[in-house]
Amino acid sequence: MSGDVLAALRDAAGDADAVRPAGAGDAVAGVPARYRAAPGSTEAAAAVLRVAAAHGLAVVVAGGLTKQDWANPPRRLDLVVDTGRLTGVVEHAAGDLIVVVRAGTRLADLPARLAPAGQQLALDAPALPGGAGATVGGAVAVNTSGPRRMRYGTVRDLLIGITVVRPDGVVAHAGGKVVKNVAGYDLGKLFTGSYGTLGLITECAFRLHPLPAAGGYVRRPVDGEAEAGRLVAAVLGAQLVPSALEVHAPPDGGVEVAVLIEGTPSGVRERVAATRRLLGAAATASDTPPPWWPAYPWRMGDVGLKLTAALSGVPGLLTAARAAGRRHGIPVRVSGSAGTGVLYAGLPGAARPDAVARIVADLRAATAAAGGHAVVLTAPAAVRDRVDLWGPVGGLELMHRVKAQFDPDARFAPGRFVGGI
Amino acid sequence: MTTTDIGTLAATLRAVLGAEHVITDRQELRTYECDGLAQYKVIPALVALPGTAAECAATVRACVDAGVPFVARGSGTGLSGGALPHADGVLVVTSRLRAIREVAPADERAVVEPGVINLQVTRAATPYGYYYAPDPSSQQICSIGGNVAENSGGAHCLKYGFTTNHVTGLEVVTPDGDLVRLGGRAPDPPGYDLLGAFVGSEGTLGIATEVTVRLVRLPESVRTLLAAFPSTDEAGAATSAVIAAGVVPAAIEMMDALAISAAEAAVRCGYPAGAGAVLIVELDGPAAEVDAQFAEVERLCRDNGAGEIRVAADDAERALIWKGRKSAFAAVGRISPDYIVQDGVIPRTALPEVLRRIAELAARRGVRVANVFHAGDGNLHPLVLFDDGVAGQAEQAEEVSGAILELCVEHGGSITGEHGVGMDKVTFMPRMFTDDDLDTMQLLRCAFDPRGLANPGKVFPTPRLCGEVPGRRRGAHPAQEAGLAELF
Ligand SMILES: Cc1cc2nc3c(=O)[nH]c(=O)nc-3n(C[C@H](O)[C@H](O)[C@H](O)COP(=O)(O)OP(=O)(O)OC[C@H]3O[C@@H](n4cnc5c(N)ncnc54)[C@H](O)[C@@H]3O)c2cc1C
Ligand SMILES: Cc1cc2nc3c(=O)[nH]c(=O)nc-3n(C[C@H](O)[C@H](O)[C@H](O)COP(=O)(O)OP(=O)(O)OC[C@H]3O[C@@H](n4cnc5c(N)ncnc54)[C@H](O)[C@@H]3O)c2cc1C
Repeated sequence: MSGDVLAALRDAAGDADAVRPAGAGDAVAGVPARYRAAPGSTEAAAAVLRVAAAHGLAVVVAGGLTKQDWANPPRRLDLVVDTGRLTGVVEHAAGDLIVVVRAGTRLADLPARLAPAGQQLALDAPALPGGAGATVGGAVAVNTSGPRRMRYGTVRDLLIGITVVRPDGVVAHAGGKVVKNVAGYDLGKLFTGSYGTLGLITECAFRLHPLPAAGGYVRRPVDGEAEAGRLVAAVLGAQLVPSALEVHAPPDGGVEVAVLIEGTPSGVRERVAATRRLLGAAATASDTPPPWWPAYPWRMGDVGLKLTAALSGVPGLLTAARAAGRRHGIPVRVSGSAGTGVLYAGLPGAARPDAVARIVADLRAATAAAGGHAVVLTAPAAVRDRVDLWGPVGGLELMHRVKAQFDPDARFAPGRFVGGI
Repeated sequence: MTTTDIGTLAATLRAVLGAEHVITDRQELRTYECDGLAQYKVIPALVALPGTAAECAATVRACVDAGVPFVARGSGTGLSGGALPHADGVLVVTSRLRAIREVAPADERAVVEPGVINLQVTRAATPYGYYYAPDPSSQQICSIGGNVAENSGGAHCLKYGFTTNHVTGLEVVTPDGDLVRLGGRAPDPPGYDLLGAFVGSEGTLGIATEVTVRLVRLPESVRTLLAAFPSTDEAGAATSAVIAAGVVPAAIEMMDALAISAAEAAVRCGYPAGAGAVLIVELDGPAAEVDAQFAEVERLCRDNGAGEIRVAADDAERALIWKGRKSAFAAVGRISPDYIVQDGVIPRTALPEVLRRIAELAARRGVRVANVFHAGDGNLHPLVLFDDGVAGQAEQAEEVSGAILELCVEHGGSITGEHGVGMDKVTFMPRMFTDDDLDTMQLLRCAFDPRGLANPGKVFPTPRLCGEVPGRRRGAHPAQEAGLAELF
């Protein structure tokens, strides 16, 4: 039986080497798989997924595997679809400031292609050791973002077209390759941040931005969360138009605020000087980012959370996060985009799960008060067993209905997502 | 739907909304028979004017219970027939939902009801040093709810993005009649981005009853120039040069000779005489950046063949430069008895080729086409001029207008950049999307609206059967009752 499935998958992929029995290394968040397929085209992927559908196989999509420890482990798993052979730039229309790229392409490979034209895909994300392999499809599926979201937005703002293979093996496109386009539903938005639960993304079209001619950083240590809040508000209210406005708060060390200014050389010079004046005598300017920029405030194996708030709630959230750590005797490290209301918090992986659970509860209360959410992105198994990683989600009933339409048999990454989706 | 059914529904709605907010008088209903695309007219069975979100939800629930379709309407300025009523359905008008609930500059957000007029949001935010960036030319009259449904753009969306980039929270009445909140003031709510899917769904996924929008800091400096070129080729080359130089202007707008002469006739904007094309380029941001880039833009215009270049010295001069462009649609009424406003998108680099093809098409059919466009992002607004009094001209104009969309698709563009599909472009959807694409989009529709009651007949050429309809369904399939069953 399993030999038949393997043969059928190989047949579908059109290339015997593209499919093999899964090994121990193919387990996803500890759940072992039976087969691994690396189709080389959208059509081959569709054929593979039609076989998977016919045999009722549970599927998890693997990009660079840098974030497979994010979200819940899948409830069941048969087939890992690896996007490692779905790579390359399909089209870079420099004059139109767009790129069409296959989903398995590494983000890190794009600058070599785009920078010679003076362009960039303005997605950055905090780095983790070993995370350099992050793929385009993974970044879209997880909706990662970094400091410069303040200026360029996030995946949802940059993705203009998408090609997906549905769980039933049907290929569908939405959007296109022009930036301005309102024809049909924006399925790109639906797939952004869907963690591989709606289907396989095989191709993405993005709008690009010109690389700024110059950039500069201004940073300054601050005396506690309240002052950080005051300075953040001052920068937002000024006419500096920063590309990023970050805050960094290690568990016991001092809090720091940092600003990235991008633009023309002369403009950046003036604006950096103005930022220094605004931030006061303790501010320093440099061409290079602070050492902590842009990194998630946790290491592999730790607990990592994403905390969001309305802008005015950021100082309060920062205060609450650090206070929660002190209250439960666990060092909480916080950093993130104070200028957009997105913070990240890291707790040591060795922390007692019950204490972590209490901190998560405190953070949920604090983010709710600030109009946002606290989501546990990654955590050791003992912690996952104790806390709901996602927390309360608005519109969950509709989300279940969307999932039921796209994946009625719940075969794609079952259990990974919100509300057990 | 029979008269008794409508009578029963009207009675239910009167009890919920108050008698004065339910319209059944035929003469009064006529006020709502069309939107901005006035050649299509349908008189709705009933018009409901809810005064709160809860009343709006109750209205939708009453429609669901009666198996009657409903269509949302804001200000009725839509140009694709999106708000065209359903003859057997209820038109839900948001004109009583006009409160600005909160302007929160510290959160860079405003919370408004859907009937609030676009420009009112900016007016309310300006005292705090903020504004609402998406600026459709209709911003003095169109509603935020309509903007959300159409994902409306404007001249300044090249730099600032469209409605979808500026809405962070919605309260919606689902087609089940439930009130659901999606997103809020904070970014990145967990779960599927249903907010993102709702924006641009043209009223087919429910009715927005509250909208949380992003406010943007008013720029320190705004500089605007008007450059005259011998033809659209040079103006297009100048646009390319500006983009290639890494400048992201707040706006770059182009008009061709015919559009210029229309604007001149209508509002006497005083654009340089004899110009084959004009470009309006506006830069905004920190003064230190704008000054450096503005000089570069001027140079690039000259290098690419600009004759006269006018730089606005103050707000009054800026308004004068914009006046010609903003009045362009209505202005062609001065030079032609009838016209079609088209809306298509091409990759910007295909502009010279596409303009040549449009000119050929027009010449062959004996109609004139005036071109106005958002040059920075390749969004064309060809105005196809004709005289309905001349036999056959309307058909020729329709053909040219349709052929322009074919050209857009052929060049990898889109059949609509901002006006939406509505009912007008339903038949063009299969040109741009495969059956599987359309089927997949409708999976989303089935999740929200399994009965197909929210604005049926819009966006998609063929409705999809949704399978099991959860809850609240009674008796025969409502689509059958609505007389749509033979379509399946
Ligand atoms: C320049 C740059 C550098 C970066 N560097 C780092 C870095 O050093 N470290 C780091 O951690 N992050 C980095 N990132 C962030 C990166 O964007 C995310 O880590 C990314 O989400 C992970 O992608 P992955 O391919 O490893 O996904 P995986 O870990 O393989 O998968 C993550 C999730 O996405 C789903 N998924 C993956 N591909 C698809 C697909 N094609 N279709 C549907 N679902 C899919 C999976 O099922 C899974 O649920 C960087 C981003 C940029 C722009
Ligand atoms: C002179 C003129 C210039 C224009 N310029 C531009 C422009 O520059 N850019 C641009 O993008 N558009 C432009 N438009 C088109 C139009 O103004 C926009 O599409 C606008 O967003 C429509 O808003 P409205 O309130 O008039 O909506 P309506 O026409 O009433 O409705 C439009 C659609 O939205 C739906 N809808 C309305 N309210 C809601 C709600 N609360 N919830 C859910 N669905 C709802 C309707 O069902 C319909 O499908 C222009 C129109 C005119 C007449």
